[in-house]
Amino acid sequence: MDSEIALLTVFVLAAFTGYEVVSKVSSTLHTPLMSGANAIHGIILVGAVLVTGHADGGVELAIGLLAVVLATLNLVGGFVVTDRMLEMFRGKKTPPGADAATTSPPATGNGNGNGTGPGGSAGPGHGASAGGAA
Amino acid sequence: MIPIWAQLAYLVAAVCFVLALKGLSSPKTARAGNLLGAVAALAAMIITFIVYELDNLPWILGAIAVGCAVGIPAARRVAMTAMPQLVALFNGVGGGAAGLVAFLELSDAETVFPLAAAVLTVPVGAIAFSGSVVTFLKLQELITTRPVTPPAGPTLLAVSLVAVLVLAGFLYAGDGTSAWLGAVLGAVALIVGVLLVLPVGGADVPIVISLLNAATGIAVAASGYILGNALLLIGGTLVGASGTILTRLMAQAMGRSISSILFGAFKGGSTAGGGTVSDRPVRSAGADDVAIMLGYAQKVIIVPGYGLAVAQAQHTIHELAELLEQRGIEVTYAIHPVAGRMPGHMNVLLAEANVPYEQLLEMDTANGQLRTTDVALVVGANDVVNPAARTSPGSPIYGMPILDVDQSKAVVFLKRSMRPGFAGIENELLYDPRTSLLFGDAKASLTGIVAALKSL
Repeated sequence: MDSEIALLTVFVLAAFTGYEVVSKVSSTLHTPLMSGANAIHGIILVGAVLVTGHADGGVELAIGLLAVVLATLNLVGGFVVTDRMLEMFRGKKTPPGADAATTSPPATGNGNGNGTGPGGSAGPGHGASAGGAA
Repeated sequence: MIPIWAQLAYLVAAVCFVLALKGLSSPKTARAGNLLGAVAALAAMIITFIVYELDNLPWILGAIAVGCAVGIPAARRVAMTAMPQLVALFNGVGGGAAGLVAFLELSDAETVFPLAAAVLTVPVGAIAFSGSVVTFLKLQELITTRPVTPPAGPTLLAVSLVAVLVLAGFLYAGDGTSAWLGAVLGAVALIVGVLLVLPVGGADVPIVISLLNAATGIAVAASGYILGNALLLIGGTLVGASGTILTRLMAQAMGRSISSILFGAFKGGSTAGGGTVSDRPVRSAGADDVAIMLGYAQKVIIVPGYGLAVAQAQHTIHELAELLEQRGIEVTYAIHPVAGRMPGHMNVLLAEANVPYEQLLEMDTANGQLRTTDVALVVGANDVVNPAARTSPGSPIYGMPILDVDQSKAVVFLKRSMRPGFAGIENELLYDPRTSLLFGDAKASLTGIVAALKSL
């Protein structure tokens, strides 16, 4: 029971944190913020993996795997789509030809997550994104 | 028991999520914030695989690979204009996943709180899923964007809501051991999600997406509680709380209240949105006429809307603006908070076309300037400049803050047709004697104007 109360405490404090953190945002960023928050709840993938890892029987396994696929879509797709959105905000003096070059390296990088840093600095982002990741 | 180092690592990941949200709230740090969130999520996944002894590992990895194979290309290839519906869909599948996780945990949850959390998460996840699918269908215009009110809608919704509560009660009383009861609960909740979102009018859909986003967050938090996993709990709660406040901020920007969005159509107040097109005369103009109006103006304000985005004309409008500037004309863009389909959507699209930030005016600034503007060029926007929002209390958009283009000396609309905008209501401004209309695809019209302007 103690650990349950501890979790409840965490829940309440996290709720206040979430509320405070975004209480002042310009409307310009509403879309990326919603999209980014959307990606964060994709962390349900951890939960989906845990229940699938302890599934007994075919039906439970099938349901668990479905949850894993859906959660992966949410997590990975969410972060990639948010990154693409935010990439647009940076565009100051990007030559038109560089656009294609920018899109592909970070995206492959995002596929395995930790490749994002190097991918970002390879593009004409002047290493800004890599610095941010570190 | 999970080793201490892993618990600490989860804590670090949770802190990264907080920082990611914080970063996303400011333009300078937004991208870094998002990357930080992604890195934290990846680290959390790796830890999960190392720490827990999992069966079915090849299957799980295969399922993750499938999710990546579908999700990454979808996220990379989606047109900027279709972004909102993709976000809606990603949110929905997240909610679905949380519902399924809770469903599988039903029989394992023994103590009071986790069982209650599991019983509640199944329907919340299901509602987030089916509701998001309906918002996707609306935004993709696979179903009508107008409010849909089935004849017995309110009754059906009430009945299915009660059914959800009763089923949840039985499930809880039976210690969550009855799998079929859980399945029925989920199925009825899916229906609730559909009934809840169908009556929402097109213009309000983004707010509903945000609301469902918060719901998914809460479902994820509850799943974390059931599994005793603090990271899920914190991540989900953060999204639940920030999603709730974001929903309120968005609703404020549109001058709406959440309850009027969800239940407004049921009250039969949407008759003004019948979408009938009257055949009164309008003044239509050619590209040459518009070029002359613009070319001899002193101050031009461009009002871009969703139509501009659909036609992929953001680069052409930038070209037109540069031409006008070369002629010494003051050109700015007036951005309505919900221009496009989501708050901030238009800023993303114009940034894509390298339009300088300084030229983008927020609504209040723009409204101050419109009074002294010679020509307001409205490209593919309609509802956000509709004076009915100020003048006609019966209108579905009444009370929504708009750009007062009717205050400028002349208005030019570039429109595909006389078809009403997303909210499905007619715009009186189109029939104003100071208004000229140039019909056609926004990009084709703009290209015509640019060509005509060059030969002035």
